[in-house]
Amino acid sequence: MDINWFSADYLPWLILFFPLLSFLIIVLFTTHNKTLSGLVALGGIGLSWVLSMIEFVKVVWASDAELGHEVFGSSFKWLDVGLTTVRMGVLVDPLTAYMLLMVPLACVLIFVYSMGYLRGDPYYSRFFAYLSLFAGAMLTLVLADNLLLLFIGWEVMGFCSYSLIGFWFQKKSAYEAGVKAFMTTRVADVLMLVGIGYLFAVAGTLNFREILYNEEALHHLLEVSTPIIGGSAAALIGVLLVIGTIGKSAQFPLHVWLPDAMEGPTPVSAMIHAAAMVSAGVYMVIRMFPLLSAGADFHHGDFSTPMVLMALVGGTTALGASILAVGQNDIKRILAYSTISQLGFMVAALGIGAWVAAAFHLINHAFFKALLFMASGVVIHAMEHGEHHAHELGAHEHLPDPPDGLQADYVAPANDVRRMGGLLDRIPVTAITMAIGGLSLAGFPLLTAGFWSKDEIIADAWHGTTEGFPLALFVLVMLVLAAFLTAFYTARMWFLAFWGAPRTESARYAGIGSFRNRWVHSRWAAARRLEDEAVSPQDSTSFRLMELPLIVLAFFAIFAGFIGVHEDFPLFGLLNNPLHHFIAPTLLEEPRTLALDGLPVLVSILIALGGLTLGWWLYGQRALAAEDDDPTEQALGPGLWTALQNRFYFDAFYRRYMVQPVERFAVVMVQAVDKETIDGILDIFAEIATVTGEFFKRFNSVVIDGVGDGIPRAIARGAREFREIQSGRIQQYLLYVVIALLVISTLLLYQAR
Amino acid sequence: MVPLWMFLVVSAALFSTGLYGVLARRNAIAILMSIELMLNAALINIVAFWRYQAPENVGGQVFAAFVFVVAAAETAVGLALIILIYRRHQSVIAEDVNVLKW
Repeated sequence: MDINWFSADYLPWLILFFPLLSFLIIVLFTTHNKTLSGLVALGGIGLSWVLSMIEFVKVVWASDAELGHEVFGSSFKWLDVGLTTVRMGVLVDPLTAYMLLMVPLACVLIFVYSMGYLRGDPYYSRFFAYLSLFAGAMLTLVLADNLLLLFIGWEVMGFCSYSLIGFWFQKKSAYEAGVKAFMTTRVADVLMLVGIGYLFAVAGTLNFREILYNEEALHHLLEVSTPIIGGSAAALIGVLLVIGTIGKSAQFPLHVWLPDAMEGPTPVSAMIHAAAMVSAGVYMVIRMFPLLSAGADFHHGDFSTPMVLMALVGGTTALGASILAVGQNDIKRILAYSTISQLGFMVAALGIGAWVAAAFHLINHAFFKALLFMASGVVIHAMEHGEHHAHELGAHEHLPDPPDGLQADYVAPANDVRRMGGLLDRIPVTAITMAIGGLSLAGFPLLTAGFWSKDEIIADAWHGTTEGFPLALFVLVMLVLAAFLTAFYTARMWFLAFWGAPRTESARYAGIGSFRNRWVHSRWAAARRLEDEAVSPQDSTSFRLMELPLIVLAFFAIFAGFIGVHEDFPLFGLLNNPLHHFIAPTLLEEPRTLALDGLPVLVSILIALGGLTLGWWLYGQRALAAEDDDPTEQALGPGLWTALQNRFYFDAFYRRYMVQPVERFAVVMVQAVDKETIDGILDIFAEIATVTGEFFKRFNSVVIDGVGDGIPRAIARGAREFREIQSGRIQQYLLYVVIALLVISTLLLYQAR
Repeated sequence: MVPLWMFLVVSAALFSTGLYGVLARRNAIAILMSIELMLNAALINIVAFWRYQAPENVGGQVFAAFVFVVAAAETAVGLALIILIYRRHQSVIAEDVNVLKW
């Protein structure tokens, strides 16, 4: 077969191939060379990125002429299953191309950042191997042309997240978090797999084109009736798939794993929260949207069961997680809850049919959340640095020992925003880029990416509400409240970390000291009379590697939003909403463009500014001093505050009513089934075997050895005696001869008679 | 005429003497001499049997002559061997010469 690997049909194979290849190379060959491993990983993902860009350009060029419901892709026969054949392949439609714009780029930046963040880690090579596999799996998932290959990527990512969250496995909390993430997502994955299996049973194929681009197939799925959930196969499958997403994207009530996933290295958090894993969950529902919305006429208030489920779960998650984010003191946990909340936005958007808005927010969120996570990693590094420095200078702080396992309200000292303050002077580049990311997350009007996509979602919900759909009203209320809280906790986090005077010695000596930073720092230090600090050249390199991606991502956190601005929007609408026109043909029925309505835009501007202002009023106007209590804590009262810090006791609840019963059950089962029944039976077998063995041993030593050894022993003894005969004395020999002759002749004599 | 059994008795006595000598003496020369005694006993037998059983043929005499010659040759070779052994081992005692044992 003649394959041109650089045609748009075959190029996707190469895109997903290189990170997987670098995984193999690192694992098999370069484990002992850290620098080389890092470079191999970066090379693999870099190649993928370049190829993705080429593919993207090809798709854009083709999109008018060739691409409608036609897509790029190729497949090969994978296995015969009786009546039908399963084919594996890749597919690039506008949605995929759109994802290719973000995933490899974010991965490249995360890889570069990791090279700095993990410098000197003993398992550096292994980290990059896993990270490459993670990226490869995500690309596989994005490029898959069928649900099975998508699920394979999905599961490989589950494994990668497990091994990367538990990467610092010496820490009990880290490996417990890894197990928690793995087990929690597995619960959902099993149900999703059931859905996939059922889909295959009903539709006879898992290929996207044959199901999602095929009205007959969707119609068939609607007509097959099932006894549960909505009555049609499509609804049941849709619900099961949405459950998969609930696990993967950490939606309520399976959200508990994501905050704990912060135990992994920060680049992993960025990877999980931005480029892979949780994005995969949302990507899957975006991809499967035609199936999920099959039979629904959501423009007229008729929602399918999976959509209702998504709207309810997404709305609840968006608000619940943003409430929880307000009560966190761990900088990474604030961001983790923020991610859960933002994913809730996307899922809720899909629930009310705002497909383009969900996809738009997915990409924007990936950029600014990756930025925020990486910046928080720098902050943590800077705080650890400051702590060492403070120690060297003899300023001893008594830090509590970390608890043995995972505890909901435990915050590591270096992650604790209450212990920061004043970092703006110490790490200005990070502070500014993080401010940009934070503003984007909060949806600061007009200038940030987050605003445009969040606005789009709220506008869709608003539109539904005006048409009188209760579901849209629910989503609208939840999201507006969540958006307000988002702006508030973002401001709280930023002001607590960067504003005012340092509240601890660690924060006072915090610093990272890249060349660039030192230059800026000296200016700031001169102006603000800060003491200078010593920085080793190695630190300098590693922090430059960490800051570069921040700057690149800050760019995207601002400008990525302009691709999706509504056409009618004054000034910004001049770009003519390229996103909508680009990805709309992915769906069978192109999503319609809603008329621009001023009111929701105004609302979303007001809530963003309102939240930010409230944050500024509480934390920015007069910066918190070391001895002050948190204003939010005072406002909420101790009871609610403790509940927030304990995550509304979800984790405790699961531990008490799910994990512990299972553990107790397991203990009982071990005793009853394993120890007593199985071991008992085995003991009997063992006893029989021992007796038999003993018998054979005896038989062997007495009979077989007796005969076997006896024969040679007898021969040896005879030989020894015959040896005595040969004395070398001729006379003796002659005597024998004479005796023999006498004997023989005597015999002959007798015979003769 | 002397009856045949007398010759045979003399011959047997001579042979036994020789045999005893071969078995009991340690000196190799004495053993050689004892062998000569046994040969002579055999010769007496041969000649006696010839004379009493088949005097018309000369076979017995021829046999006796052959035995003489062979005994002489054997003695020459045996004596030579003994001398060589003596040169090498400074002894003609049979037990001392056990080089054939290994």
